[in-house]
Amino acid sequence: MNPASHSPALEVKGLSVEFPTRRGMLTALSDVSLTIARGEILGVVGESGAGKSMTGMAVLGLLEPPGRVCAGEIHIGGKRTDNLDNDQMESVRGRMVGAIFQDPLTSLNPLFSVGQQLIETIRLHSDRSRADARAHGIHLLKQVGIPGADERIDHYPHQFSGGMRQRVVIALALAGNPQLIIADEPTTALDVSIQAQITTLLRRLCREQGAGVMLVTHDMGIIAETADRVAVMYAGRIIEIGSVEDVLARPKHPYTRGLMGSIPALGARVERLTQIDGSMPRLNAIPPGCAFNPRCSAVGPRCLKARPVLVPEAQGAVACFIHHGGVA
Amino acid sequence: MLAFLIKRIGNAVLVMLTVAFFAFLIFRFLGDPVEMMVNESATQSDRDELRARLGLNEGFLVQYVRFVGNAAQGEFGLSWRNQQSVIGLIAERFPATFELVIIATLLSLAIGIPLGVFTAIGRGRWWAESLQFGSIIGVSLPSFLVGILLILIFSVSLGWLPGYGRGDVVNLGWWSTGLLTQSGRAAVVLPSLSLSLFQITLVMRLVRAEMLETLRADFIKFARARGVRRRALWFRHALKNCLMPVVTLTAMQVGNLIAFALVTETVFQWPGMGMLFMQAVTFVDIPVMAAYLCIVSFIFVTLNTFVDIAYAVIDPRLRAA
Ligand SMILES: Nc1ncnc2c1ncn2[C@@H]1O[C@H](COP(=O)(O)OP(=O)(O)O)[C@@H](O)[C@H]1O
Ligand SMILES: [Mg+2]
Repeated sequence: MNPASHSPALEVKGLSVEFPTRRGMLTALSDVSLTIARGEILGVVGESGAGKSMTGMAVLGLLEPPGRVCAGEIHIGGKRTDNLDNDQMESVRGRMVGAIFQDPLTSLNPLFSVGQQLIETIRLHSDRSRADARAHGIHLLKQVGIPGADERIDHYPHQFSGGMRQRVVIALALAGNPQLIIADEPTTALDVSIQAQITTLLRRLCREQGAGVMLVTHDMGIIAETADRVAVMYAGRIIEIGSVEDVLARPKHPYTRGLMGSIPALGARVERLTQIDGSMPRLNAIPPGCAFNPRCSAVGPRCLKARPVLVPEAQGAVACFIHHGGVA
Repeated sequence: MLAFLIKRIGNAVLVMLTVAFFAFLIFRFLGDPVEMMVNESATQSDRDELRARLGLNEGFLVQYVRFVGNAAQGEFGLSWRNQQSVIGLIAERFPATFELVIIATLLSLAIGIPLGVFTAIGRGRWWAESLQFGSIIGVSLPSFLVGILLILIFSVSLGWLPGYGRGDVVNLGWWSTGLLTQSGRAAVVLPSLSLSLFQITLVMRLVRAEMLETLRADFIKFARARGVRRRALWFRHALKNCLMPVVTLTAMQVGNLIAFALVTETVFQWPGMGMLFMQAVTFVDIPVMAAYLCIVSFIFVTLNTFVDIAYAVIDPRLRAA
């Protein structure tokens, strides 16, 4: 076995992302560290604007300029990717890391048939002939559960329903056999009745293929059913990370507790994150000390002065003084 | 697709009938054909006889139907000015205008599209911004001024290219082309450039705006995420999504180009339909004017129908309609 196959699907160490703006530097991500093993699904939750998508885009090397990684490292399948140039990154995307975005209606090019887009992607990542690639495309469509794949491959995106389109998107994301999938709210835009089908499919395929998944979602029910571990983000930082059982049943950070507040039992479906009083501070108005301090019910003097760091514990890690020396 | 074709062509026929109606009104009621055709010494009975022979005593509708029937066969009567067949006069002039307009259109696409793509992907760089700025000048210069400037520079000062006429023409029976001779090709350069300059900047600015818009689309982000290279992203995925507005613009503008050709043909003494029309207006030669109206509209309508069909070919979503 080569050593790379032992390395995790994704390893992010101390990642920070900043945006230079006219009114100074905005730090969108600070000191984000996480690891996803092969075949493992890491759920990522947090309010809108917490930096979940930003983390995924940084891993994909698709940050919108002038945004840039200013500190930290990203390793995909053991290979460092944050220092690659544009050309090198083009051969990482699709082959080492795939992506699924929120809206299947807009993820596919409306002017090319599903087959054209599949064949294009397959041939980018292998030296198959056109006919071979087409046969493989049909195979992929069957794998993601599209009935009549032999005919459907020549259809255009608008001829598919939303759920079917997201299956096509999954087939495209898996076409290059990547060891990591970034799934950014893959079911948010879909009908509630088919959300579970899509996440189940995603989980099955990634397990079979041994790919790690970063699953961003608002739906705690999906996290409970699908993910192995979960990371909670707040104002550009990870504030708690651990196994799904621990974090959902015994949340440590007051923010996580707020999020889980209304979940009656593990596995019960809750559509949206519970509202916590107040709102997350904007990037240019993060208070000194703990970013959560204005909304925290257990806030103490220490929280206003110092910023808690993510301290690893037996299971998972949490960034809160309650668990590390008290808030006084 | 068949139902779609039938619907579009039905529309086109309807529009042409309406245009023919107005042309007929001009033809029938602007000036008296009998007065124009008889000589001074004709008696009243001569006139009445001619009136009856031309069918001018019949009902309005009958006359209109006959006018449409004749027009559909290209029969527009005789020119009041020199008694030649109108359709013959136009057919003689049509190739010149057609070649001028087609070459101007091709120039605008061949130059405008790449410029649009490059100014979009080079946004923020000095060369892209200065092209974009330069295009404002192209849009705002009047056509005749551009023509005169081109003649001054390339014909009068440098002496590189002819500044008037069509050069030597080869007759292919029903078509006379200037594109097969050296002098003909040289002669078409300045007028077509002058005619297309506005169009080039229009296409360039449209393609740039559409590209910038399309490059922000989700499917572009997703294409990048699955590893599509930048070149393919720009020229395959993004550009194809920009072509529809360009096709529309181009086809719509061909009508305008034919209209603008009036000016260009006058500036460059280009022997096309535009010059024929200008002469017809000067001499109140109604049959030529009516025929020009019908034929130019026919080109307009045909192009528009063609655009609709081209749309459906480019965009599979429209085929069902
Ligand atoms: N181009 C940009 N310039 C400055 N700030 C940005 C830009 N794009 C996103 N941000 C900020 O980065 C933060 C993280 O956004 P995002 O990752 O999209 O949040 P989410 O967790 O909802 O996916 C937000 O506060 C957003 O306002
Ligand atoms: Mg997001």
